[in-house]
Amino acid sequence: MLKAWRRLARENELLYLFLNSRVAQIAALIALLSVGGAALAPVLSPTDPYNIANIDIMDSLMPPAWSDGSDDRFLIGTDDQGRDLLSAILYGTRLSLFVGLLSITFASVLGVSIGLMAGYFGGRFDTFVMRIADVQLSLPAILTALLIDGIARGLLPREQHDNLMIVVLTVAIGLSLWVNFARTVRASTFVERNKEYVQACQIMGMHPFRIMLVHILPNIMGPILVILTVDLAVAVLLEATLSFLGVGVPPNQPSLGTLIRIGTEYMFSGEWWIVIFPSAMLVTMIVSINVLGDFLRDAFNPRLR
Amino acid sequence: MTSLLNIVDLSVKFPTRFGEFIALNHVDLAVRAGEIHGLVGESGAGKSTVGAAIIGLLQSPGYISGGEIHFLGDDLTTLTNDAHHKLRGQRISMIFQDPQTSLNPLLTIATQLVETIRQHADVSHSDARRRAVELLEETGLQDVENRMDEYPHQFSGGMRQRVVIALALCSNPELIIADEPTTALDVSVQKQILELIRNLCTERNIGIILITHDIGVINEITDSVTVLRSGRVIESGNTAAVLGEPKDKYTKALLAAVPRLDKRLHRFKNIVSDDEFSAEDTSWRIDDASADYASTWLLEKHSLQKTEQLSHELESRMSNTQRLADVSRSMDASFSNAESEQSILSVSNLAVTFNSGQPSWFGKEEGFKALSNINFDMQAGTVLGVVGESGSGKSTLAKAIVGLVDPSAGSMTFRGKKLPPGSARMRSHPVRRQIQMVFQDPYSSLNNRRTVEDIIAEPIKFYGLANNRREIRKLVASVLELVEMPQRAMLKYPHQFSGGQRQRIAVARALVARPDFLICDEPTSALDVSIQAQMLNLLKDLQEAFGLSILFISHNLAVIRQMADNVVVLRNGNLIEAAETEQFFSSPADDYSQMLLRETPSLNLLQAPV
Repeated sequence: MLKAWRRLARENELLYLFLNSRVAQIAALIALLSVGGAALAPVLSPTDPYNIANIDIMDSLMPPAWSDGSDDRFLIGTDDQGRDLLSAILYGTRLSLFVGLLSITFASVLGVSIGLMAGYFGGRFDTFVMRIADVQLSLPAILTALLIDGIARGLLPREQHDNLMIVVLTVAIGLSLWVNFARTVRASTFVERNKEYVQACQIMGMHPFRIMLVHILPNIMGPILVILTVDLAVAVLLEATLSFLGVGVPPNQPSLGTLIRIGTEYMFSGEWWIVIFPSAMLVTMIVSINVLGDFLRDAFNPRLR
Repeated sequence: MTSLLNIVDLSVKFPTRFGEFIALNHVDLAVRAGEIHGLVGESGAGKSTVGAAIIGLLQSPGYISGGEIHFLGDDLTTLTNDAHHKLRGQRISMIFQDPQTSLNPLLTIATQLVETIRQHADVSHSDARRRAVELLEETGLQDVENRMDEYPHQFSGGMRQRVVIALALCSNPELIIADEPTTALDVSVQKQILELIRNLCTERNIGIILITHDIGVINEITDSVTVLRSGRVIESGNTAAVLGEPKDKYTKALLAAVPRLDKRLHRFKNIVSDDEFSAEDTSWRIDDASADYASTWLLEKHSLQKTEQLSHELESRMSNTQRLADVSRSMDASFSNAESEQSILSVSNLAVTFNSGQPSWFGKEEGFKALSNINFDMQAGTVLGVVGESGSGKSTLAKAIVGLVDPSAGSMTFRGKKLPPGSARMRSHPVRRQIQMVFQDPYSSLNNRRTVEDIIAEPIKFYGLANNRREIRKLVASVLELVEMPQRAMLKYPHQFSGGQRQRIAVARALVARPDFLICDEPTSALDVSIQAQMLNLLKDLQEAFGLSILFISHNLAVIRQMADNVVVLRNGNLIEAAETEQFFSSPADDYSQMLLRETPSLNLLQAPV
């Protein structure tokens, strides 16, 4: 078992680089803790922040446990509603990551399929799709998201808003991120398409979609994986931004962004913890995911080694 | 006689995470002024490492672990980086393989030369320019004054290599290291560049180390030679002596593996192979799988066809009872004749033009004519060699036949039926199975993310040639054995194999489709000579055993001589000459063919080894 592991560690390029990079290890640990904490939020958090019955307005604006006038029930204090901040952050991270992952899945499926087809078929389809991508790129992601959010709000009945907010957010964020996938995948497909193993498939008369999915896709997973991690951080950040601007998740289910928005109102009145802790959580998570993404990008690019 | 360069007991090591890799193992080498010393060996022999060690440019984890490099009295291994930097360029120059990348594409030739000259000597710009003109004229470049201010891409490969040589001469070096200086060039240009190097060596009395894998080149221009293998010196001495009467087994094998231009050998002999499979690899087998099983399976279809044909023939001759006896007596001969007389592929007036159909906004744009007016006829069961220099349209021809490229004119007939062009050829068209292809680069022709089993099983599954998983596995293992690979190879991924082994896998993939017609596009040009010899032997064996018709594309005339029954010469997309092989090599009709034959470096001067 140990022997097999050692052999794997020596022969697998990625694992070898990972075991020799302290930064990547720390980043992976933090990212794992964030994801784990978020996933296990219902088990880990002391209270359920979404349950109004648990919230007592008398507990509002409690400072962290180590300062004067604190309460031992609330390790890092409470917000203006009297919600336990630790629980709110855990649940908020969960929501942020959930939306992030969902939208990145949407973006990658869309972007990878468009990129594969554009790169493989080329010609008019390629030109057409890539011009759309250029237009998309010229619009800031926030603007796309605001636009879609606005349209959704206009079209949907008011009582549906809260239920559909997550779907709207996912589509909005996904639509502003698919271009990254499409462009990279197109370029990589272009390179692979001219390799002889693809020609061998073409000579056999294999269906183009089978060539793309079974033969080309596994060969371009490297760059896709890199964008996946980097854009996951972007997606989480976008969600936080949108929530901060008030067009994100419903206020009774605060995500990290919502928490930060609420916190800013109290920043100068002495209740610093409401904004600092969610922000710190967001920053560490984003930085660790980004570092991990950078590590992957370097690991998959032999020229940088 | 004192040597210019004297390498004593040089060892170079590369630390890796798998332990230390010994690139050079106690190498001795001596080069005199006015002498061309050849370094020859197969890939991984350490040829380039010797050059890098001399000039002080060993790639970074590598280091000199022992030995001395004496150059005109100095020991280069003890020099500081700065001193070494001064030395290289000044007294030792280098000529690299690829003139495409060794010149800066953004600077004119003049700028690059003047810069280099002024780097080494304190001269004015105009003096440096004058000197540059002299150097370029010395290297045989025409119309120097006018062409000097052009950019590298405006020159052809051969001219660019002349510029690179002029650059190397800028500082009046005493030693030049030429690392595969002609490998990227066509034979006709190669000859000129080699002559130029020879002249410089004699006229300027400089020492030249010529690194190459091509024994023909070594034979042609070097005075002395050192044969390297896995970082060790195998044999060293006067070129005529080493190549004429090789003492070492490896040198003999290397010479025997070089395809001969003067006569066709039945098979290459005495091949020394580095492929060693572990006991684990060779003992692993699948039940009942064997090379024989693969042969029987592959021949099944052929015998089927033959019986069909024979009964057809018998029927048609039934009326003539007298001849029936003859038919039955010479049954074997009759169907083999019938088959060999049958044309398998004929191409008439074939032309391929790129970018022809696209309307242009700026008037009519002339398309690039890759092939024009190609006619040939190929008999079943024969090997047709297609020869030509780069850009002659060899690969385009192959692509047009397999349907990757649409011809713009002309027609192709395969086994009497019209062969539709690629875009009109249905995915289920039978020729998609009957014609298979082996590609040039074994590193890109196999999908690295799939196991060898998946790769070889793909055609079997795709064409529905076997019924169940067990049968497929058995076939894959058997075919691997047929191409002389251990059966266990099927469990591994392509990157775990060497170039030659990968090419065998590629052949296996082509074979399992049970093709009648195989297109080999430069199948050995990425391989070392001894591997090439094995590969050619294998292809010959397979061709004979299964009566395959092969279209064999190569730039190497000697390889064609060994493989082909008939030869077609292409040049700039035109068919220059088509002839029977023996006749072609004894008396080529066309001027261009004669020139090609004359310029190909060969071992003609030597007695037949073996």
